[in-house]
Amino acid sequence: MTLLELLEGPLWIASASIFVAFAAFRLIVILFTGRREAEARPAGSPFLGALRTILGHFLPWRRLLGNGKAWFVTIAGYSFHIGLFVLLLFAAPHVEFIREKIVNLPWDPIPRWGFILSAQFAFAGLITLWLRRFVDPVVRLISRPDDHVAAGLTFIVMLTGCMALGEQSAFLRGLHLGLVELWLIYFPFSSLMHTFTWPFSRGFTGAMAGRRGTRA
Amino acid sequence: MTSDTTEKHRNFDKQRDLPDEVRVENAMAGFIAEFGPRAQSWMNACVRCGLCAEACHFYLATGEEKYTPIHKIKPFEDAYALTHGPFSWLHGLLGRKPKLTIEELEEWEELIYDSCNMCGRCTLACPMGIDIASLVKDARRGMYAAGLLPDRLARIVRNAEKQHSPFGSPEDFRKTIKEIEKEYGIPLPLDKPKADVLMTITPEALENRHFGVASMARVLHHLGYDWTFCSDAFEATNFGYLSGNMELQGALTVRLIDKAREIGASMLIVPECGHAWGATRWEAAKWYGAPVDDIKIRHIVEVLADAVEDGKLECRPVGESATFHDPCQQIRRGGLEEKPRILMRALGMELREMDPHGLDAFCCGGGGGVLANERAGPLRLKAFELKKRAVEETGADHFVTSCNICEMTLGRDIEATGFGKQIESLIDLIGANMITDQPPLKAPGSGAKPKGVGKRAAGAKKAGKGRSAARRKPAAKK
Ligand code: SF4
Ligand code: SF4
Repeated sequence: MTLLELLEGPLWIASASIFVAFAAFRLIVILFTGRREAEARPAGSPFLGALRTILGHFLPWRRLLGNGKAWFVTIAGYSFHIGLFVLLLFAAPHVEFIREKIVNLPWDPIPRWGFILSAQFAFAGLITLWLRRFVDPVVRLISRPDDHVAAGLTFIVMLTGCMALGEQSAFLRGLHLGLVELWLIYFPFSSLMHTFTWPFSRGFTGAMAGRRGTRA
Repeated sequence: MTSDTTEKHRNFDKQRDLPDEVRVENAMAGFIAEFGPRAQSWMNACVRCGLCAEACHFYLATGEEKYTPIHKIKPFEDAYALTHGPFSWLHGLLGRKPKLTIEELEEWEELIYDSCNMCGRCTLACPMGIDIASLVKDARRGMYAAGLLPDRLARIVRNAEKQHSPFGSPEDFRKTIKEIEKEYGIPLPLDKPKADVLMTITPEALENRHFGVASMARVLHHLGYDWTFCSDAFEATNFGYLSGNMELQGALTVRLIDKAREIGASMLIVPECGHAWGATRWEAAKWYGAPVDDIKIRHIVEVLADAVEDGKLECRPVGESATFHDPCQQIRRGGLEEKPRILMRALGMELREMDPHGLDAFCCGGGGGVLANERAGPLRLKAFELKKRAVEETGADHFVTSCNICEMTLGRDIEATGFGKQIESLIDLIGANMITDQPPLKAPGSGAKPKGVGKRAAGAKKAGKGRSAARRKPAAKK
């Protein structure tokens, strides 16, 4: 078995399994363990409160509409996340890989120019957000080693993905796949888990505010 | 338990003789004691974007990054991942030890107690909706268990534990109520074995705001309530809630609700206090394991606003313009945003809203036990600059609020900065200007001024500005 076959076969299965199992485990622990307290008689709807906060926090808080930092984080954040998701789900090699290994995606891959555009958005967002961790005193203070590792790992996964786009080099394909597998293994244990925790965090806060007849 | 262990040059206080390892253990156990899905979701969602700093008045007023809201719980957050997070067992297997240290806890005491009012403004700015105010409350529970809180707050908590209230014992309360009765010539029902409404009170009102107590009573008489104070359940302010002493928080809340049940009350009224509202209305259920459905827990502002809307309470128009300081625990975290505004309209005041106001308003800076913590005074004054600017920009004649703690905080800050305004109580304004058959309050004798009303700000410049509408003669019926 060649190294590439190993990466595409058992190592892919192992890393994907670790990702699924540990991410699910972390979510289960978050959502189903610990104390559940009795709540006060509601003055408003916890459900609507949760919905409002889940949706409302997609945009900066109204008081920060004139705040450069908030816009920077919002624009760079959307640029990175949208770019990454387009690459992940619509890039030709990914569509092919996902169809072969996971599920038969019903859509066509994006053309090459679409890939390049998405990659530019994703890189611009990631790099500026990461750089901000070094230059903004607030973000420098609060950034954890994990935030740098997560950003760095995502960066090299994206970089090797672009390098492997031509699919001419088995080495580059293997390198990219290997790094993706490392990223998948790291994911459930890291701050990358915000991918799944955000609706719960926003939702619980919104439900609490909704119950009290206020907004969050 | 001593505060003598405190060395004056340190920026932290320590209580009780405990080995450091025990303090650290207690701190962590206290922090996670009430963790459930809600807190765990928050603890697993932060992306370190720093936007919460842009909402916190302590950061905005100082520009110091240590006041970034999420940073205030950092030691607990780090240790949580290693000892109690979803993968703590894995960290254990890998031999990674908890990182929480006594030095960190000591260092963070200032951030947890001095620089957070648990006002919840940062939650609104957080893209992940993390409720840092709740996590700071969890951290305070840990700090309390570790014996690491500001000495003055610790003393107040001890008083609340030992003698019913930081104000004093039931006997002190009875004496004061009698004094106020005499002073203002108004009956104050006390210890009635049965009543439909249990009225509660803040220590500040008993100490310094006798006029406020009398005018609140006059409004309740006007509304025709069958009400009483109870000398063994009068204290509304919950210093357990503020300090992190959860046992005390529970005991104080249960004392009020059990008393209301004992006298057959259908309503318990929370006075002009914000955290009392949070502790009683929104957190009582946890001590009973079920919502308190048999007793309506209502805030005085809510009671009066509803009376206005039902046509049971009318006021003589005060006129003039006013701006309203929104107490965070009543408004942003309490759901009463519209109520004080109804009362301002009833007073015929032209409401000039501050920027920001309502749900977005800046905290007074003294809530969450910060006012009780002398050490935090200079920082609080810096934060006051934001409020001062917002008030000035409105150009309003009156500066009004509906929380005793906000009033006390802003009053002190006004005095310290020479700001040419005074802070007025909304309830006092209602009491003094309502149209009623109730006999007017007797003017307090021998030159004494109505306590807590019309306190002139040290720096008030213009005679016309900042004059208290509550000082005028109470209105007679039309
Ligand atoms: S709750 Fe209020 S005081 Fe505390 S960190 Fe958040 S904004 Fe600052
Ligand atoms: S705003 Fe929210 S996500 Fe961003 S650093 Fe603060 S707590 Fe974390």
